[in-house]
Amino acid sequence: MTHLTVGGHLKIYLGYAPGVGKTYQMLEEARDLKAHGADLVVGFVESHGRADIRDQLDGLETIPLRRIVHRGGASDEPDVDAVLRRNPRVCVVDELAHSNAPGSERQKRWQDIQLLLHAGIDVLTTTNVQDLASLSDQIWQLTGLRVRETVPDWLFQQAGEVVIVDVTPRALLHRLERGVIYPADKAKIESERLFQEPVLVALRELAIRQTAQALEARQTGTAGSPESQTERILVNVTADPSTAMLLRRARRVADHLQAVCIAVYIHSKEESSAVHVEDRPTVDRHLRFAENLHIPTEVIHGKNRAETLVDYARKNGVTQLFLTRSAKPQRRWFPGLDFTDQVLQQASEMEVTVVAERSRHGWLRLPIRKMRRAPSCMPVTCESRLT
Amino acid sequence: MRLGRPVKLNETVSTTRPACRRFRFRHKIARGDYNLQAMSGSDPIRPDTAQAESARGRLKVFLGYAPGVGKSFRMFDEARRRKQRGQDVVVGALQPHSPPEIQQILNSLEIVPTVGVHGVPIIDVPTILRRHPQVCVIDGLAFDNPWNRNVHRWQDVDELLANGINVLGSVNLQHIADQRDAVVKLTGKPVVETIPRDFLNRADEIVVVDAPTDGAPPELSALREMALVLSADVIDAGLQRYLQSHDIEPASRAQERFLICLTTHANTDRMIASARQSAARFHCDVLALYVRQPSSSEKDHGEMEEKLAQARQAGARVDVLEAHDPIEAIVRYARSHGVTQIFVGHSMKKDWRARLWGTGLSRLIRAAEGMDVRVFPH
Repeated sequence: MTHLTVGGHLKIYLGYAPGVGKTYQMLEEARDLKAHGADLVVGFVESHGRADIRDQLDGLETIPLRRIVHRGGASDEPDVDAVLRRNPRVCVVDELAHSNAPGSERQKRWQDIQLLLHAGIDVLTTTNVQDLASLSDQIWQLTGLRVRETVPDWLFQQAGEVVIVDVTPRALLHRLERGVIYPADKAKIESERLFQEPVLVALRELAIRQTAQALEARQTGTAGSPESQTERILVNVTADPSTAMLLRRARRVADHLQAVCIAVYIHSKEESSAVHVEDRPTVDRHLRFAENLHIPTEVIHGKNRAETLVDYARKNGVTQLFLTRSAKPQRRWFPGLDFTDQVLQQASEMEVTVVAERSRHGWLRLPIRKMRRAPSCMPVTCESRLT
Repeated sequence: MRLGRPVKLNETVSTTRPACRRFRFRHKIARGDYNLQAMSGSDPIRPDTAQAESARGRLKVFLGYAPGVGKSFRMFDEARRRKQRGQDVVVGALQPHSPPEIQQILNSLEIVPTVGVHGVPIIDVPTILRRHPQVCVIDGLAFDNPWNRNVHRWQDVDELLANGINVLGSVNLQHIADQRDAVVKLTGKPVVETIPRDFLNRADEIVVVDAPTDGAPPELSALREMALVLSADVIDAGLQRYLQSHDIEPASRAQERFLICLTTHANTDRMIASARQSAARFHCDVLALYVRQPSSSEKDHGEMEEKLAQARQAGARVDVLEAHDPIEAIVRYARSHGVTQIFVGHSMKKDWRARLWGTGLSRLIRAAEGMDVRVFPH
């Protein structure tokens, strides 16, 4: 895990849903900093038409946005170059998880923010817990929403400070009813899945735990010292779609256990080359996804997949192997062990964690009317997206 | 605007409808599917106490990790807003010295003064009950009352709640009974007055008053983390109560929970040690389960007692079930207890039966839908 040793200080205001008051609280701090003489500019803040946010922006220096025209229309993005030229001490950039408009220099807003941090500018930003990459599966289970705009977890670990912006779900629902969060018509759509009390309660719990975890990681200063990391987790990457979930889960467990996490793809000579040609792009996508989560990857060639995997694990001092359940149904009339069984049999000295795919079946069976439109703050896609 | 069905976490449950999973589970026990030896004990998921909860006031607790994080201000600010919205608010207890920003709010609120007994402020419960406001603000929940009908202030609060008065209360981390020792260890300052954890768990709402600890001493960061984890646990307790009372078996939880499967063969030491270490990192519960098969011998039984004691000592909640099919029993138990990871020992005998039908382990892996299975070597 890389740690920012030089550069600006990143402060994240974390919430569990739109409307908890992240932007407001961030701007309150910005005003406070400004009042204490800090050289502060606003790089980007979306007021969503709310008067209280506009009032908070009053009196703060704002860098004009850059209009990016693309096929789907035009959108306004923060002008990173202008901020860099202005070179303030602190810059406010709302919505960390935002994906930049097509045609922007960088795909993600967090990459823009990284640039500012590298230039030594402190950044205040906001995000929701559902935007965290490793939580994507859990969020989907809770809400049925697949979050497309995610933030890699390491960014979170790297932040100098994470502050939870907390209101109780009940208070949030009151705000929603009073139309404080969105204009009334929009609220209705948003509320369908996210704004149900038990869902909000679960998200809130997640957000608070996440803040505690970020705090703990910072206290023990884990990220830096490899000698403190005694656990080593190895993830078996395959072309199976469940690999994305496996990687997210491994990242999450590794962060909590403060373990080293690595991923390998075993290129087996046993399988026909046709399989490889077909699977290779998917595998490459999975490997890139792992790298995005800051999990180093390797491709190993070997005869038997299970044997090669366990052998590699043994040589690299791995303490825990992460696998998914075998995708194919068991053909029990055919004598022989499937891949999971083979690994279990051979990995006699290490722990093997078989990660189950999470399904949504059975979570809150509340009447959910059909989604007419994906809410703007939480775009949804049907398939498991790699971001 | 209302959702498809109004959802309230403290929704009242009718006593006649035996809706919860626990009941079904019990029903199965009665039928003889399971023989639960240790179903009692400290059950983190309580079935709803079926009393007329609707008449009870709501308790909202503002939790701070240290004095001065601003929890009193947050609370009085809410009191002010409620008053503006037309609610009938009175203040039942104050801290001895209020900072000017709180004093300003207090000017607009009605105060029922505390009664001083031996210099200790005691809430004037009879007056408040007679006055019967909608909301009563209690700044500082952890006080002991000398010479009073209730020994502790939280019992006074309970009385207000029981009489249908909503309470806003503030408390600091060090005054929560099960957190006190850890806090005292960090700060070195002795703490006498506490409120029981159970009282906090019963709160309808909890607000974490979080203030960044950037540049503050590491002890403060540790306290802040403890307060966050505590609030998450209280929130989780409320969520579990809700799910339980609405007969919802969650496929996902915001909180991890580990289950150790104890068998006579398993390398228990390593599993327990590992579960304990992981649980400390995830701040979560550990359960341990032994499924006794009717065929198991007395010798096995004696051996198991030792392992069960070991698990108990490590802080796990231990249950013993009797079932013909241990795999099914484990999965069922894990599912009904919101387990996210199952810890099992493993020795794969290379015998022909396993090759043909698969081992118990591979059956478990297939059956444990939505749960990770962590396999330990012998």
